[in-house]
Amino acid sequence: MALEVQLVKKFPEFALDVSFTAGDAPLAILGPSGAGKTMLLRSIAGLERPNRGRVSLGGRLLTDTERNIHLPARDRRVGMLFQHYALFPHRTVAENITFGMRRLPRSQQAERLALLAQRTHISGLEHRYPRELSGGEQQRAALARALSIEPEALLLDEPLAALDTHLRGQMEAQLQETFAAYRRPSLLVTHNIEEAYRLCEQLLVLSRGRVAAFGNKEEIFRRPPNLEVARLTGCKNFSRARSVSENVVEALDWGCRLRVAGAPAKPAAHVGIRAHHIDFVESSGTSAADENIFPCWLVQSSETPFRITLYLRLHHAPGESGEYHLQAEVFKEKWERFRTSPFPWHVRLSSESLFVLPE
Amino acid sequence: MFPIAAIDWSPVWISLETSFTATLLTLVVGLAAAVWRARRRGPAMALVDGFFLLPLVLPPTVVGFFLLLLFGRNGPLGKLLLHVGATVVFSWPATVIAAAVVSFPMMYLTARAALEQVDSRFLEAARTLGASEWRVLGEVALPLAWPGVLAGTILSFARALGEFGATLMLAGNIPGKTATIPIAIYFAVESDDIQRAVAWCAVDVAISLALLGGLYYWSYAQSSGRARWARR
Repeated sequence: MALEVQLVKKFPEFALDVSFTAGDAPLAILGPSGAGKTMLLRSIAGLERPNRGRVSLGGRLLTDTERNIHLPARDRRVGMLFQHYALFPHRTVAENITFGMRRLPRSQQAERLALLAQRTHISGLEHRYPRELSGGEQQRAALARALSIEPEALLLDEPLAALDTHLRGQMEAQLQETFAAYRRPSLLVTHNIEEAYRLCEQLLVLSRGRVAAFGNKEEIFRRPPNLEVARLTGCKNFSRARSVSENVVEALDWGCRLRVAGAPAKPAAHVGIRAHHIDFVESSGTSAADENIFPCWLVQSSETPFRITLYLRLHHAPGESGEYHLQAEVFKEKWERFRTSPFPWHVRLSSESLFVLPE
Repeated sequence: MFPIAAIDWSPVWISLETSFTATLLTLVVGLAAAVWRARRRGPAMALVDGFFLLPLVLPPTVVGFFLLLLFGRNGPLGKLLLHVGATVVFSWPATVIAAAVVSFPMMYLTARAALEQVDSRFLEAARTLGASEWRVLGEVALPLAWPGVLAGTILSFARALGEFGATLMLAGNIPGKTATIPIAIYFAVESDDIQRAVAWCAVDVAISLALLGGLYYWSYAQSSGRARWARR
């Protein structure tokens, strides 16, 4: 089954203008707040009417503005998990989950309820009211309810955003389990890069209403097509750049020439490297093969439980300004090995890790 | 001593029957109007609101006068009713109509506010689960707006029970037929029967307190079961 989406929805401040096709594998929709992620889901669910466009699910037309087709939400068979669950507060968990099973006989409703409760690990909570449940349990109940109509597509709007770290992990496992069993087009809206990467194969990066990147997640993370996607996928280090020769660019902000892998098709506008790809080496010039090695000085650092972020200045000792060129992220074990070494340290910006971004 | 047995109790029954019937009417019509209005937006709705709230702003005598024009022998509705052999003016139904019209804004306003406060995500969730608009209304919107609707009903009843001006204009003072408690009091005072007026006033206060108190406790008992989810 495939979910084909192509729509335009205009707002006073911006326009949502996207087209993509989602197969049976889960697709993560990544983007900053205000990018139009929720609006996209709502348009697919039939809760918003696009100005122009066409949405079809497994060959079934849900929306076609040219033919004036706009199937009401109730006839779409699209399951939606709302950001704050939207469980009916005046109904028990069981009544919430069976709400969409009106057409089934009672015995079948009970059967399906039991199955859904088991699959989402909320068996035993059926007679509670939503406010008697924890956040994680509410989330599971809402997931069971979205699945209750045997939807042909599943839309999840920031399902993990409201949960604390521990529950987040549990719920992520739940979603992984659900996706594995469900195998229908599933869209997961999130602004959490790691969550998107862990849960989905395919990735769609949305920025100001437009598709900034769409495709296989590994490809997008390895070779972001532009500066925006590089930023949105968590890259911290950029420099304006100018192509010098086929495999060499000049990084203007970093004040150095860099050898890069592959031949960039378009002239370079920026060059970037991810914080954890920056390598610390013993010293420069140990062999001719070691390219892109530069002396650097520590400006400041910030610690998390297992890693440390080092803010580095290239080429010269930092002055009073505290300006830095690069952010490097290393595990603390590794940091312990060179933290006492005298400056300058040496970093290697390996050509495989560098990506060249066109304008 | 004022002889209790000598009191004509009919205004009590007339007042109660009128208020109950009028409240029922207001509940149905006011709720329907609120449901209709809660789904609409636009500048035309200001006009609609103004019209629906007129009975609240206008002096009851003016409302009564308009009703008289509407239901009188030469009024559009009066003529229509005359065809089926019915006259409304100076009959018991006139007390109901007057009370219903003046209490309508209470129901309309409170119910509309309650419906508009229902989080739209609940309604949307119901729609994605395949519910028809009627089911969305009956099984999600109204149950969630219920406390507000109940409050509107209580307010409407109170307004209907206290109705005087419009009733006098449309239904007059026919003892045993259209004379409600407020009207009986007015005419008792006018004919210098102060003792009788005091007695009616006392009865009116007692009825109002008893009914509103009863309704309050009933709604409290009703909502305490729901309060578990309503109190958030």
